[in-house]
Amino acid sequence: MANFIDRRLNPKDKNLGNRRRFIRRVRSYVKQAVDEAVKKRGIADVDRGGKVSVPADSIHEPHFHHASEGGRRERVLPGNKHFRAGDRIDKPPGGGGGRGRKGAPSGDGEDDFVFALSREELLDVFFEDLELPDMIKKTLKEVEATEPKRAGISVTGTPGNLNVRRTMRNAFGRRLALRRPSDAAVSALRARLFDLEEIHEPDEAQREELLAIRAELDELLRRQKRVPYLDPLDVRYNYFEPKPRPKSNAVMFCLMDVSASMGEREKDLAKRFFVLLHLFLSRRYERVELVFIRHTHYASEVDEDTFFHSRETGGTVVSTALREMQRVVEERYAPSEWNIYAAQASDGDNYTGDSAGCVQLLNEGLMGLCQYFAYIEIIAEEEARFLKSDRNGTELWLAYRQVAEQWGNFAMKRISRPSDIYPVFRELFARRSAKAADA
Amino acid sequence: MPKGKRKPELLFQGADWDFDTLRRTYDAMEQIAREDLDLDFYRNQIEIISSEQMLDAYSSVGMPLMYRHWSFGKHFIHHERLYRKGAQGLAYEIVINSNPCISYCMEENTMPLQALVIAHAAFGHNHFFKNNHLFRQWTDPDGFLEYLNYAKAYIQRCEERHGAVEVERLLDSAHALMPSSVFRHRRPPAPSEREARARERLRLEEEERSVNYLWDAMPGSRRPAPDGSDLRERLRSMRLPEENLLYFIENHSPTLKPWQRQVLRIVRNISQYFYPQKQTQVMNEGCACFVHWEMLNRLHERGRIDDGAMIEVLHHHTNVITQPDFDDRRFGGINPYALGFAMMQDIKRICVDPTEEDRAWFPEIAGKGDWRGVLKDAWANYRDESFIQQYLSPKVMRDFRLFACADEAAEPWVTVSGIHDERGYLDVREALARSRDIAVREPDIQIVDVDLLGDRVLRLKHFERDGIPLERAPREATLAHLRHLWGHGVALEETR
Repeated sequence: MANFIDRRLNPKDKNLGNRRRFIRRVRSYVKQAVDEAVKKRGIADVDRGGKVSVPADSIHEPHFHHASEGGRRERVLPGNKHFRAGDRIDKPPGGGGGRGRKGAPSGDGEDDFVFALSREELLDVFFEDLELPDMIKKTLKEVEATEPKRAGISVTGTPGNLNVRRTMRNAFGRRLALRRPSDAAVSALRARLFDLEEIHEPDEAQREELLAIRAELDELLRRQKRVPYLDPLDVRYNYFEPKPRPKSNAVMFCLMDVSASMGEREKDLAKRFFVLLHLFLSRRYERVELVFIRHTHYASEVDEDTFFHSRETGGTVVSTALREMQRVVEERYAPSEWNIYAAQASDGDNYTGDSAGCVQLLNEGLMGLCQYFAYIEIIAEEEARFLKSDRNGTELWLAYRQVAEQWGNFAMKRISRPSDIYPVFRELFARRSAKAADA
Repeated sequence: MPKGKRKPELLFQGADWDFDTLRRTYDAMEQIAREDLDLDFYRNQIEIISSEQMLDAYSSVGMPLMYRHWSFGKHFIHHERLYRKGAQGLAYEIVINSNPCISYCMEENTMPLQALVIAHAAFGHNHFFKNNHLFRQWTDPDGFLEYLNYAKAYIQRCEERHGAVEVERLLDSAHALMPSSVFRHRRPPAPSEREARARERLRLEEEERSVNYLWDAMPGSRRPAPDGSDLRERLRSMRLPEENLLYFIENHSPTLKPWQRQVLRIVRNISQYFYPQKQTQVMNEGCACFVHWEMLNRLHERGRIDDGAMIEVLHHHTNVITQPDFDDRRFGGINPYALGFAMMQDIKRICVDPTEEDRAWFPEIAGKGDWRGVLKDAWANYRDESFIQQYLSPKVMRDFRLFACADEAAEPWVTVSGIHDERGYLDVREALARSRDIAVREPDIQIVDVDLLGDRVLRLKHFERDGIPLERAPREATLAHLRHLWGHGVALEETR
């Protein structure tokens, strides 16, 4: 007697715990891979999951075992073709005797150990530096929500989804086509039959009529039975398909100062800032377009690669970027159809006297169009120590402070570390959950 | 084969299976196992799993339950990658030496394959587990799954109490010593696994309540006696030399805490559990292949399975028992399935239809007819090395075209020391048997001395055989782990 057990429905991912331990173990390499992803990939692609390469040495599980060379050994091999006892076979040059072992599963090979990181795992590591609150990490990682949408009629389904009208219409059509006797016709005939049967002494004609009616009634009833009132063929169900929640479109403007004072560190921080905003937006909107505007003393719209990687020289006139943004909005993104977000990164330098122009541009034009405008000023870590107060700073900073006072949807922050980035979005997120609570 | 003669009795047709078919087929096979082959096996428990669950089982050394450790995650990722790329197929089954005997069969298997797998694992391996003397002596099939369950829970508790990092470091070190932590020559000094465990738990709880170290009670310093009787006494009291490294550390480490000792004990118990498997690869797989071959042929002869199913069975069977030549790209050593199956088939042939040569080589079994008895005796009382020594016949050596070569590191050539001919049979057989001997395959490392009242340096010796040294880098890395566990100095010396 054997006991058969179906284990297929047992909980999956038994190995998740081991996998987590493994990833923790190779943390530094995972971190490296994620940093690489942030650096190399487009803003919208950062969260695609990634590949981690770990040097086999660092996860080697050692134990005592014999060396592959040295000493005297004897092997028995199959498939002798022409050897005779006493033959000498030259060893291959360089290698030892016999054949080299192929990479054992324990990872003795010298190649790197490569594995894929899922989107979740990658975001975990990405968020780590940003010090996001847990609740927000979770919402950002969630895959898009769907809701069932009517998508036509189906012949299968649950009783709850029965489409009564369609079902009855089909039944009616079928009854007509197959000439099912109507209930009215049957009951009329039946009434006539009763009348005839009431008669005590029927005459010849009545007797014949009685017989004829009986026969006819039998026939009708038989036909009624054969052609049912409601047939399984008639039944129709409403069909639903899961559809992503309707969301409108958003466009995200990335504005950045690319003058020589913005180095690798500054650009990396700026990129993390843009990635995070993009993650927020892609959670919220079905489609998020990205527009990159870089500026020195003049501004231009460029593609992402140029934005982050090419170098420009020149002065710094911030208002040119705002003007360029205004131009692009007018040209392509009508505020009635698009939700407009802007994220600006700079090191705070601006051409003397230009900042007032920026304030004017924002106050009178852009802020009215934007859902949210986030500005970060990237400063060195030493600077962060003495620039404690928001009240002093560069001319641009002070000018933007005026904007922030006037507009609730303008956020600004000085950052020197990745963990400083999130607070810029705190408000944005808070507004959103407040809205959700209202709904 | 007269086709369709007994069609109504077919157990199944086509590739699809369901649980009724499995049960029906199992019952038919059980009848053959008992009546025709006279097998003796544990009650079977057959579990159907998905490919993902198979990968899970792969990564935790084939066990259904295992404590958590990063290395299992690594193995999982490794196997998963190979599998997804298509570079590696998954095993059709995994069988566990337990009572009842659990075999896992993949849901993707077709019905003929399920039949093959059940015959192979649930009858072949099962019979071997229950009867082979190594398994009987060294493993505890009744309690092992329960023990793993206990081990898993215990290590989880340790992680909660002492932190995952601490436990991980301990396990890393213990795993490094795992292969060098089995009793090869004497039985573990424990009455029965379960009794010992109960006692151990009581002892640990007691100990944890009142932390007092054994070593505090030792007298302070003594002068060594001039005649070395001290040393002898010391070695005797610690039962040195000791080949089971973890066992010694568990019992004599001056620094480990009780829970750490218990974790070491768990690791070495698991290591010990696999010790018989390592020594019986050829026999175990040979037995399983022989059994499935006999069983499915009987089913086919009796018209219980159709030609289509049999062809599929033959296809898998030949895949499994293929032995590529030494100069073939696919060559990866002697295939234990091939060698085991060939030898057992050969034993049957010698019993039933011997040649003159067989009569000369195997006078005690040739022509005696009772191949079942001979095989059962072999399965019960031998391990790979002795089985080959006893039963490898000239015919099998010729069929495999086996040849032995000697490889001296200092010489630029390899010498063919014997081939499959009259003069070479004994040499080749001897060499093959030796190469399957675990004492030759694995390094012999023993703890020879430690002065607990002195410098506490743990002294080990590697008894080199044929001048084969230890691989350098892993030797150092493993010693580092040993030092971590022991908490004091460690010295490993090579002896020829």
